[in-house]
Amino acid sequence: MIDQVYQIMETLLPFSWISFDFMKNALLAVLLITPLFGLLGTMIVNNHMAFFSDALGHSALTGIAAGVVLGAADTNLTMLLFAVVFALALNKLREKQTQNTDTIISVCSSLSVALGLVILSRGGNFSEYSSLLVGDVLSISPREIGYLGLVFAGTLIFWLLAFNRLNAVSINRSLAKSKGIPAGVMDNLFAVLTACVVMLSIKWVGLLIINALLILPVASSRNMAANMREYHFFAVLFSMFSGIMGLLISFYINVATGPTIVIISAVIFFATFLYRRIAG
Amino acid sequence: MRPYRKPCGLHCIKVSHLGVELDGQKILEDINLHIHCGKLSVIIGKNGAGKSTLVRAILGEIPYTGTIEFKDIKDGHLRKMKVGYVPQKVNIDRDTPVSVYDMIASYSSRVPVFLRKSRKEYARISEHLAVFEAQELIDRQVGKLSGGELQRVLLTMAVMDYPNLLIMDEPVSGIDKNGMELFYKKIEYLKEHYDMAVILISHDLEYVRRYADEVILLDSRILARGTPREVYDSKEFKNIFGNVTYEEKEGLL
Repeated sequence: MIDQVYQIMETLLPFSWISFDFMKNALLAVLLITPLFGLLGTMIVNNHMAFFSDALGHSALTGIAAGVVLGAADTNLTMLLFAVVFALALNKLREKQTQNTDTIISVCSSLSVALGLVILSRGGNFSEYSSLLVGDVLSISPREIGYLGLVFAGTLIFWLLAFNRLNAVSINRSLAKSKGIPAGVMDNLFAVLTACVVMLSIKWVGLLIINALLILPVASSRNMAANMREYHFFAVLFSMFSGIMGLLISFYINVATGPTIVIISAVIFFATFLYRRIAG
Repeated sequence: MRPYRKPCGLHCIKVSHLGVELDGQKILEDINLHIHCGKLSVIIGKNGAGKSTLVRAILGEIPYTGTIEFKDIKDGHLRKMKVGYVPQKVNIDRDTPVSVYDMIASYSSRVPVFLRKSRKEYARISEHLAVFEAQELIDRQVGKLSGGELQRVLLTMAVMDYPNLLIMDEPVSGIDKNGMELFYKKIEYLKEHYDMAVILISHDLEYVRRYADEVILLDSRILARGTPREVYDSKEFKNIFGNVTYEEKEGLL
């Protein structure tokens, strides 16, 4: 199946870079990951969860470390499981709101990074894992693109079915509950979904910058949009545009892809920021 | 739109021996309330008296002891109660791209608001907004509404599916005198034209005195209840709010 996809891409895109299979794979990955980040980001920013998603990304290190310690055959699986548990635990904390949530999330996040680093650097072997920090979308395999495709489809379906209720809970929990919406369940579903998307993309995007990709396109979109349709449209547009441009530019000037995408997102943010200032 | 039902006076909400304990601390004790449709009951009390806790208990958000029932007085049948709620505030920032339609449809429709506007739902919301003279707000961004405008939108949302009980939690903060007057006028209108009971938590003793049918003075338990005059003249009221005479102010308004 992947050969047919390759063929279609070569016909549609008559450029020299497309002749490399790794670029075709990377482009497919970018086309799957970036719209998801645009969608999820809208809700993350509405809920003031930027710190939460950042901590979630950092928990990847601990998840992998736990896999190494337990001698798991597939550390991706322990990473995913750990992130889901971590997300649900953080959600519980947010719900209570008895202490300063930001501080507690920060403590948990630092601890999980430190734990991960300590375990993975045992015997001076951390360089093996350093690619996790920056990410490398050029190394993605067709099989892994398949996983991304599944998550893509799942998220899209979830968004179509549940977005209104997520938004209702985000606007006012008590009001949502009075209309029979299960607020706790919706919050947890969203946290688990975010954990899955972040964990499945982190190897390609990189732990250090994954949060920037969730937040920046959405922040730019908020400078342009006045309603939910525009909000989603601009978020997905900016996210995909920076993703594709970042991939191509990084290919031609031979630098890491993830950070290039972030720089383009940031440029878009400042441009939209200026636009809003000028347009009023 | 469905014609409004006149209040029948035959439905009531009965709260018996309600108690709430949070972290080993008794927030509410032995609360007994009897609230009829077509009446405005206002809960007053100082900060920390348990007003918001009482609302959260009625909304079923926190565990409580005792019972909350919705009854048909005529034949004594218990029925399922529909509650409309006007919250104190919404989690929408000034720059959050949520329009009034987006907000209301998120609660009332399954058509994903990020994808498209449902024409049917848009018409329905617009009609209901018109009751509160707010139909021109439907495409405005919620974060950019004034306090009074937001309140009318929230009120619309709360009464859209014809609740038996309308609960409003201090919705009068950040609104100017004109807005307040309009708000209480709207409550009068709701009382007369919809078949529901209204519970309001308020800090504004002057408006309460003028518009409430029943006042409930709360401080963990019910200290006094009755008509505004009865409660305002009680010594419990004076213990809490001091010796304020509200009659004098009347000339100013």
